[in-house]
Amino acid sequence: MFKKLLIATVALGCLGLAGFGALAWKPAIAPVARPAAGSFAPELVAKGEALAGGGYCAACHTAKGGEKFAGGYEMATPFGAIYSTNITPDPETGIGTWSEAAFRRAMHEGVSRDGSHLLPVFSYDHFTKLSEDDVRALYAYFMTRTPVHAVRRPNGIPFPFNIRYLQAGWKLLFFKPGRFEPDATRSAEWNRGAYLALGLSHCGACHTPRNLLGAEKLGNAYGGAVIDNWVAPALTAANPAPAPWTHEELYDYLRTGTSKLHGTAAGPMFPVVQGLRALPDTDIRALATYFADLDKAADELPHMSGAVSLAMSSALAKQGGPFDPDARLYTAACASCHYNATNAPLAARPDLALNTAVHLSDPSNLIQVMLRGISSEAGMPDVVMPAFGGALSDADIARIAAYLRRTRTSLPPWPDLAAKVAAIRRQYDTAK
Amino acid sequence: MTSFHINGSLVMVDAEDDTPLLWVIRDAIGLTGTKFGCGIGMCGACTVHVGGRPTRSCITPLASVDGAEVTTIEGLDREGRHPVQKAWADLQVPQCGYCQSGQIMQAASLIKDFPSPTDQDIDAVMAGNLCRCMTYVRIRNAVKQAAAESRKVASDD
Repeated sequence: MFKKLLIATVALGCLGLAGFGALAWKPAIAPVARPAAGSFAPELVAKGEALAGGGYCAACHTAKGGEKFAGGYEMATPFGAIYSTNITPDPETGIGTWSEAAFRRAMHEGVSRDGSHLLPVFSYDHFTKLSEDDVRALYAYFMTRTPVHAVRRPNGIPFPFNIRYLQAGWKLLFFKPGRFEPDATRSAEWNRGAYLALGLSHCGACHTPRNLLGAEKLGNAYGGAVIDNWVAPALTAANPAPAPWTHEELYDYLRTGTSKLHGTAAGPMFPVVQGLRALPDTDIRALATYFADLDKAADELPHMSGAVSLAMSSALAKQGGPFDPDARLYTAACASCHYNATNAPLAARPDLALNTAVHLSDPSNLIQVMLRGISSEAGMPDVVMPAFGGALSDADIARIAAYLRRTRTSLPPWPDLAAKVAAIRRQYDTAK
Repeated sequence: MTSFHINGSLVMVDAEDDTPLLWVIRDAIGLTGTKFGCGIGMCGACTVHVGGRPTRSCITPLASVDGAEVTTIEGLDREGRHPVQKAWADLQVPQCGYCQSGQIMQAASLIKDFPSPTDQDIDAVMAGNLCRCMTYVRIRNAVKQAAAESRKVASDD
């Protein structure tokens, strides 16, 4: 009896393994000679350029100071460092020998030309939703770039996560291939926004929390997550900003990098806004429509002006007199730019009583911006925030953060602020 | 290589990305109207405009201003006749004068943001600009006078 059971178990196991093997095995797609640049219609290349911007491909496929799209950008994942690939059409180190079919398979199924499974840091779980036409345009764009010979740095992920074959198991558990399916009950604009957010612009890749195996928790889509000591805030009604993220605020933020009632796109959100510049206004409006629906801004709209003036006037009441040392530090370092006279903030004076970073449960974004500042290219066009990292101690940065939390919100204080500042500073110094 | 416009002229600067903008303005470009005070963004003497906004240049990394428009005290007004500069001379605001270019750059943007500034507005916005000679009362008066002149110019237009 026991023997029979054992044989059955082993047989089943073998069958399972064989099945998994068959499923996991993907054939190589034969290399091709790089198609001549002239073989792609200029309109198709231009369309691909806009799409590559909207997917901000350059953000991950370009190393700091490196050639655009030549890869080598380091992503610090919980599994170890992963380096992005060269997606210029160099035949040896890039995708110069990839046919359109191979490129499409990578985008739609997460499989490399040689048949190996790609790691899910490449957001193929989003790109699988892209239409055939859009993938074709992206292929045309990348194949007409200047080839860059750049050998890829080996990844730093340990066994067993480095076994590409096992990625098939991850896919079995978490990956649902398939093109975007429009929701017939929604407007064309909403559906365009959903297509961009879920597919091309892969917003969930940062804004949706991930499970222990690194897959997005789809039950908590856009619930907010922490990456590299930056918070990608919740894009749902759980977003803690005092003013709702309305269509107008979302549009301003995504189009110009700044919104009057929420703040500035800095850190990892900057390359996103930079990339989105390639998309037309209609697409940015579509994204705003999709997310304004998701965060239920319409429900909050009637209370909007009340919420703004309440946040600003209660901040004014709590801000401390001339002999409060915290208030003095804030006044010397911050108020000349951030002060507002009335409950209607000026666009050029980002009000910290409304700023999303001050209201998040994690102080990382606020600390990051205080330490590094914001370059003229990021956030508000042409305007700079100086970097206080070299000027103020960890304790002083922590004091200003604690002061803002205490006076600009009615939320609980952030714990261990100075230690957090030190940790972020270390990360920054190492990266430099 | 970082390039930006300063007082309307394009400059290319070859220096480390984290070089303070103030050093570049004074030592590389040679415009010495902007002063070094504390070096930690706490006194306002180094204030210039970046993209039209007052910015402490001593803690602004050079890389941050790539492609930006920088204006120093030398470029605020070709003739040195900006309403704030006129009020400054008229009311004899400075004593030693060390902080005044920063004060003037800050005040020029203050009256743009708040065309009729209250004492509270002036305190909040100008408190980051220190004056060791304690000319604060005259600074406050000059800000109000310059604001009044700018309002008049605006209404005449």
